[in-house]
Amino acid sequence: MSPRDLLIQDLTMKEAARAASGKRVDLLIIADLVEPGSRVLDVGSGDGELLELLATTRGCDARGIEISRAGVNAGVARGLAIIQGDADIDLADYPDDSFDYVILSQTLQATRRPKWVLEQMLRVGRRVVVSIPNFGFWRMRLDLLLNGRMPSTENLPYSWYDTPNIHFCTIRDFVALVEEVGARIESATALNGYGQKVRLNLPWAVWNLLGEQAVFLLSRGR
Amino acid sequence: MPDSDNVHVLRPAARPTTGEATSPAQGSQAQGPQTQGSQTQGSQTLGPQPQGQQPTSPASGKATGEPVAGAETRPVGPSRTYEALARAQADFPQSELVHFGADKPLTLDAGVTLSPFQIAYQTYGKLNADKSNAILICHALSGDQHAANVHPVTGKTGWWETLIGPGKPIDTNRFFVIASNVLGGCLGTTGPSSINPKTGFPYGLDLPVVTIRDMVRAQAMLIDHLGIDRLLAVVGGSMGGMQVLQWAVSYPERVFAAMPMAAAARHSAQNIAFHEVGRQAVMADPDWRGGRYLLEGTSPRSGLAVARMAAHITYMSDSSLHRKFGRRLQDRDGRTFSFDADFQVESYLRHQGEAFVDRFDANSYLYVTRAMDYFDLAADYGGVLANAFKDTRTRFCLVSFTSDWLFPTADSRAVVHALNAAGASVSFAEIESDKGHDAFLLDEPELTAITRGFLDSAARAVGVA
Repeated sequence: MSPRDLLIQDLTMKEAARAASGKRVDLLIIADLVEPGSRVLDVGSGDGELLELLATTRGCDARGIEISRAGVNAGVARGLAIIQGDADIDLADYPDDSFDYVILSQTLQATRRPKWVLEQMLRVGRRVVVSIPNFGFWRMRLDLLLNGRMPSTENLPYSWYDTPNIHFCTIRDFVALVEEVGARIESATALNGYGQKVRLNLPWAVWNLLGEQAVFLLSRGR
Repeated sequence: MPDSDNVHVLRPAARPTTGEATSPAQGSQAQGPQTQGSQTQGSQTLGPQPQGQQPTSPASGKATGEPVAGAETRPVGPSRTYEALARAQADFPQSELVHFGADKPLTLDAGVTLSPFQIAYQTYGKLNADKSNAILICHALSGDQHAANVHPVTGKTGWWETLIGPGKPIDTNRFFVIASNVLGGCLGTTGPSSINPKTGFPYGLDLPVVTIRDMVRAQAMLIDHLGIDRLLAVVGGSMGGMQVLQWAVSYPERVFAAMPMAAAARHSAQNIAFHEVGRQAVMADPDWRGGRYLLEGTSPRSGLAVARMAAHITYMSDSSLHRKFGRRLQDRDGRTFSFDADFQVESYLRHQGEAFVDRFDANSYLYVTRAMDYFDLAADYGGVLANAFKDTRTRFCLVSFTSDWLFPTADSRAVVHALNAAGASVSFAEIESDKGHDAFLLDEPELTAITRGFLDSAARAVGVA
C-alpha cells in the first residue's frame, strides 16, 4: 500500500482506528496475545477498558495500575481491580514472576524511565506485551519535513510543551532497547494509520515507516 | 452549626433528676424478645444501686417498654438526661442482643478471658437462603451499631446512611447488613460501663484492655451466632477499617471482599500521641475518680469533652476548617477580650465536645483508643505486612482521601504494597476531598461510586442477585 493510497483512505476511514466493537484495535490485538485464564497486570490501565476485555473475553485475572485518579476511580467503580500508582515507582513493589503477562499499552513513551520500566515488567511478568506509538511513522516524518513543526496526530494530539509523552521512540528504537535489556521478541505486529495490521513480512525499516503503532510480545532472555 | 449560648465545657452541668429522663425516639420499637429478657435480668443486677441517683436509673423505666410522653421527639433538658439515656444503652441497648455465657468465653490478647459478655447489633435487609449476602459494617472510634437507623440517644439519622440503605451502594434490598457495637464500647456490647456480673457494678477499669483483634474475635462469634460462614464483605472506615483488615487476616476464608477506608495497618506514633492527649484529658478530670465515676455518681464531662475537641480537629483538614469557619466571630461584632468562645471554630468545637459527652462513656473512650494504639497487623508476622496476607483469596478495595492527615494515603498505600506482594486482588483509590479524615462518613460521590462498583462486582462473583 503506497503512501498515496493511505492518504486516499484517510479521507474515508477516519474512524477506522476503532473496530466495529468500539474497542481500540491495539487492545484487541493485545488481548489476542494473552492466553485465556492468565494472571495479567496492565500498567497504565486507564479506565480499565483492556482489563474488562481480558476479564470478560479471556477469563483472565486482570489487575491494573493507573496514575490518574479519575481513571482509577472510574475503573474501580466498574468493579475492576485497579491501584492508583506510578509505574515509574510502584512496579518495584511487585514480586518476581507474580504475573503471567505484564502489559504496557501506549504508555512507555509517558514514563520517566522507559528502560527501568521495561526491565521491571520483564521481572514481574513471565511475558511482557508493549504497544508503542511509532514516531518513525511516515506521516510523522512528512509532517516534520514539510511543516517543520513537531508532529501531532489524531492519536497523539498534544502540543510539544504539554504532552505527557516525554519519551517518544520509533519501532527501530524500541527494538534496540529490547536488545539492550536482553529480552526476546516473541512476536511483533505493526498497525497502519487505520489500526489495520501491516501483514507483509517486511523488514523493520518498512514497518518503521508504515506502522503508526506496534505491538510486541516479549520474553526474558534470548 | 452550634448554638450561640454554648455550654461552658469546663464546668460540669447540673445533674438531672430521674423524672426528667424520657425515652428516646424508637423507645418501644426496637425491643426484640432477647432484649426484653436481658432487661429483666439486668434490672435485678442493678438492684444494689441506689435508685434515683444512678444515671442508669432511666433504664428501669424503659425496661418495661412503657411508652413515655414525648417519646417521638428528642427529649429536651439538661445534657445529663441524654447522658443517662446513653448510659442505659450500655446494659439495655435498643438493639438486637446476643449473650455469650460461660460456655463461650472470649479469649483476649491480654491473656485473660472475658465471660460472660454480650454484643449489641443492628441488622438491615434479609439474609438470603444460602446466607451469601451478608455484609458486616465495622464502626469507628466514636461510632456504634446504629449505622442506618435513628440513633436511640441522639435522635439523629444513622452515621452511614450515605452508603447504607435501599438502593444505596450497601443496598439493603440486596444485602443483609450487620452492624455491631465494638467490644469495649458503650452502646450495648460489653464495655467498661457495662455491669460486671461478678460485682453487680459497672466494670470501670476492671474490664481487661481489649484490642482490635479482640473486637474482631467477638464479631466472629456474632457471625457464628447468625449462622453465617462467609461474609460477602466487611466494610469500615478508620478504626472500622482496622477491623476490616484484621478480619481479612484472622479469618481470610470467611471474608470474600474487604473494604477498609481511611485506615492503616498500624496506628502511627502521631496518632498514639493524639490519643494519649485525649486520655490524659479524661483522667485529669477530678470527676473521673480513677475510673470509678459511675459508682461515685460523677461524670468526667469536661475531660471527655476536651478529648473529643482535640480529636475532632484531627478528623478535619485545615482547609475544611477554614472554609467552614475562617476567623469569623460567633454572634458578636468584635472581640470580647475574654476567654469566651469568640470564634465560630471555638464554639463549634465546644459543641462537638458537649454533644459527644452526652452519648459516649469516658472509660469506653480510654479502652477504644487504646485498642487502636495497640493495632499493628505486621507485628505478629515478623514485621512483614505481606506475610499477614499470605495466600489470601479475599479481594480488597482500599480508599483514602487526599486531605486526610490522620490516616494519610501513604498508610493505605503501605497496605496495598503488602497486598501486591502477597499477590492479592486489590484495588486502591485516593479520593480528592478537602474534608479530611471524616470524608469517609460524608457524601462523596466518588466514594459512593467506588463502593457500589466494588460490592456489585463481589456480589456478581458470589452469585448474589
